[in-house]
Amino acid sequence: MGVEGFIYPNELELQWSVLIVLYPFITGLVAGAFILASLERVFNVQAVKPTYRLALLTALAFLLVAPLPLQLHLGRPERSFEMYLTPQPRSAMAMFGFVYLWYLMVVLLLEIWLDYRKEIVLTWKSSTGPKRLLYATLALGCDNISPRALKLDDRIGYAITIIGIPSAFMLHGYVGFIFGSIKANPWWSTPLMPIVFLFSAMVSGIAAVMLLYMLMCRMRGVKIDMPCVDAIARYLFYVFVIDFSLEMLDLIHRLYEADESLKALDFMVHTRLWWSQVILQIVVGTVVPITILGLMQLVRFGEGVRRALYAVAGTLTVVGIFAMRWNVVIGGQLFSKSFLGYTVYKLEFATREGLLPAILLMVLPFVILAVLVRVLPPWIDTEVRTHAPTATA
Amino acid sequence: MENRREFLGQGVRLLVLTGVAAAAWEHVQAGTPEAAESYHTTDHWWGFAIDIEKCIGCGSCVRACKTENDVPLDAYTFRTWVERYVIDSDDPDHPRVDSPNGGYDGFEELTGLPENIKTFFVPKLCNHCADSPCVQVCPVGATFDSPDGVVLVDKTRCLGCRYCVQACPYGCRYIDPRTHTVDKCSLCYHRITKGLTTACVEVCPTGSRMLGDLKNPSDPIHAFLRDHKVMVLKPQLGTRSKNFYAGLDGSVR
Repeated sequence: MGVEGFIYPNELELQWSVLIVLYPFITGLVAGAFILASLERVFNVQAVKPTYRLALLTALAFLLVAPLPLQLHLGRPERSFEMYLTPQPRSAMAMFGFVYLWYLMVVLLLEIWLDYRKEIVLTWKSSTGPKRLLYATLALGCDNISPRALKLDDRIGYAITIIGIPSAFMLHGYVGFIFGSIKANPWWSTPLMPIVFLFSAMVSGIAAVMLLYMLMCRMRGVKIDMPCVDAIARYLFYVFVIDFSLEMLDLIHRLYEADESLKALDFMVHTRLWWSQVILQIVVGTVVPITILGLMQLVRFGEGVRRALYAVAGTLTVVGIFAMRWNVVIGGQLFSKSFLGYTVYKLEFATREGLLPAILLMVLPFVILAVLVRVLPPWIDTEVRTHAPTATA
Repeated sequence: MENRREFLGQGVRLLVLTGVAAAAWEHVQAGTPEAAESYHTTDHWWGFAIDIEKCIGCGSCVRACKTENDVPLDAYTFRTWVERYVIDSDDPDHPRVDSPNGGYDGFEELTGLPENIKTFFVPKLCNHCADSPCVQVCPVGATFDSPDGVVLVDKTRCLGCRYCVQACPYGCRYIDPRTHTVDKCSLCYHRITKGLTTACVEVCPTGSRMLGDLKNPSDPIHAFLRDHKVMVLKPQLGTRSKNFYAGLDGSVR
């Protein structure tokens, strides 16, 4: 299956590869994981507390990797810093660096640091050698963990989380806007794109943290906190229903409006995207997990069954969201802007934008997370944290 | 005394001449003919006109463009190319379109066509839109509008992110495999700023293509636009394309 019909000569080469599929997928996991963490902090959902720190570390691990696929994809990667020095203000893409830095430095790093500061200082004071140096550095040399200081940390952390929620929304809604604002491409061009990206981000991030939490409990030989996983799964279900509704709204709208591009898009969904869109994304990656999660809201299964079903539903969800990113990025390039023909995407293996670097880039966040979890254990904190005073206090 | 006067005179002449040479050399080095006194960017507003009826699909324009602008000879890198439309009046919704090697080698004659067929050639190139989506999306301003209405690329700034390629509705951009930066029709900017016309217009044997300065009231393009019903590609996208086609069929995308 090669080129079919007519495509403009310059369209013979596909512009955005699997690496650009990873970009919204990874930032989606970041935004989703962070929003889950914020649930506990801002909305005071105690049930999901055991995953609070894990969600933050997961968000950080993935956020650190997020710019790498972009960097690897650039024709002239050595010039990428120009986006900071001479950004073109009318470009949606130019803002990525700033949105990214804001999120990384102001929101995520600061929130994690404030939350861990007490443990960092305690470890610093109780250890020797390189470990002592490491934690002293992490503490930025500040060892004040008086109750007053900690209370201040908590207040600032709370404020940052409040800033963080719209920031997480911005980070991923913005990624959706990069695609949604391209009027040349009817597959992308919809104002729903940022909001669809946002909700799918929350879906993938929540599912990923749920899976990681269960996996880590198993690896550590610790009992899974089932009320916690139940609560996460319940949120996952709600958000997933909204996400699916939005995606279906988009689809139905396109079908009903049936503008010029529909013929090309419809054909594509029936042929080149049949497996990745209809089967993998919609059926396996959305309908099945939503059905499982929905059923679990109605029927009370035993703990073992629940664990297994959560694992299945979570995995399918993450796979489904990955398929969604694939279908947006790659699918949007399979038809000609002349609407008269179709092309194919040939995924190479060991090239700069091939499957191998894509796999390595997907493994990297887990390596980073493993290191982060070792340096900043997310589960030693058993004492109940004092919450920042609410608005009434 | 005589010697001293001569020496001073020589010195002044040398100083003046060095200054002039330096100024001239600066222009040569900068490669900015618009900075030369004879060309003022704000005095011009370039557009392009194409008469579909006159195009015979010979591909001279494609070859001239590739040669003049050092465009790679690959089958997926074109600053200009020619498409051939074949439309059956029984099935106008499904035009058959081809552009073998962008029309570089011309087109093979179609034989054995049924009765109710119309066929024509459509030369394509950058539309130099007044509201270009490609300029809008470039994250570093490497793609920009010149004051005389030409969309240009600064290869030394381009990141190769390809966002502009995605944003162009007309498929006019490609990545130069040698520099990994984007490239497209510059309307032969190096020629038009010296009072020459573009390479494709220069070689077109039928006068199907016409470069025009829309700011110059005596430019023949005004007569062309007045005497023909003209159309731009994909007007619904609001890019304010400045490539005006006469005799453009509604099926052309």
